[in-house]
Amino acid sequence: MDIMRQALGAMNQGSPHARALGIETISIGPEGSVLRAPYKPEMVGDPDTGVIAGGVVTALLDHACGQAVHTALEQFTTIATLDLRIDYMRPAEPGKDIFARAHCYKATRSVAFVRAVAYDTDPDDPVAAAQAAFMLDSSAGRGFGANLKPAKKPVKGRS
Amino acid sequence: MTPSEQLQTVLERIPYARFLGIRAELAGDEMTAILPFGEHLIGNPMLPAIHGGVLGAFMEMTALAQLSVSEGQARQPRVIDITIEYLRSGRPLTTYARAQIKKVGRRIANVHVEAWQEQRAAPIAAMRGHFLVTPTT
Repeated sequence: MDIMRQALGAMNQGSPHARALGIETISIGPEGSVLRAPYKPEMVGDPDTGVIAGGVVTALLDHACGQAVHTALEQFTTIATLDLRIDYMRPAEPGKDIFARAHCYKATRSVAFVRAVAYDTDPDDPVAAAQAAFMLDSSAGRGFGANLKPAKKPVKGRS
Repeated sequence: MTPSEQLQTVLERIPYARFLGIRAELAGDEMTAILPFGEHLIGNPMLPAIHGGVLGAFMEMTALAQLSVSEGQARQPRVIDITIEYLRSGRPLTTYARAQIKKVGRRIANVHVEAWQEQRAAPIAAMRGHFLVTPTT
């Protein structure tokens, strides 16, 4: 578990966007992963109320769901989000950190299914709930730097 | 203030839109949101690919901005739910998004958004969402 925790910590640090948001993994386990995004002034979505942007909650939930998949699988594999549905139940309280608890409840050979909630104080009084599906072994045949190469289909006007 | 300036002001007032670096251009009442690539948007540094959460946040912001352009809301609409479909990996390039308001009722608006990079016909992600809109009175 400690090795897993270190690996996930490295993943948070290694993902520039997770680092920019200050996302941290608080706990991992069979019941799921808990992650935190600290409240920061630059994360505000409504300047009139100071409520954090829905997009921050989206990014945290996506990241938490992905980590829940990694912890549920025995071997490391690359994953990609297929779809993510989020219900926003109430605005987060201004000034409070946001937590996300995600649980991968089923993984087949090619797809993993995850449920998650985001909350500021109590997981039973969530800010948002999410349901996501992930493709497993998503970068099969695409190695390091694959996205730096030109797109497969030639694009007009592109050298 | 022209509608275009008004839109720019709305986006500049939102700290999170500034953090991501979102801009927008208007052609009549059709808005194109623009997200220039930045290192801080990367989710997977190996490929590298833009973080899925960033694309979701960008499309959500596009829907909110389009609603403010079309409906002239006094207050920001509230997001009720969104469904994001990821179609292609987000490459380290500028991303564009356009929103279509499918219906605005008395309380709820239904909005579809598509995001693309090099080819408009090859979207990298799509979003559908419901938003709580409040009367301007």
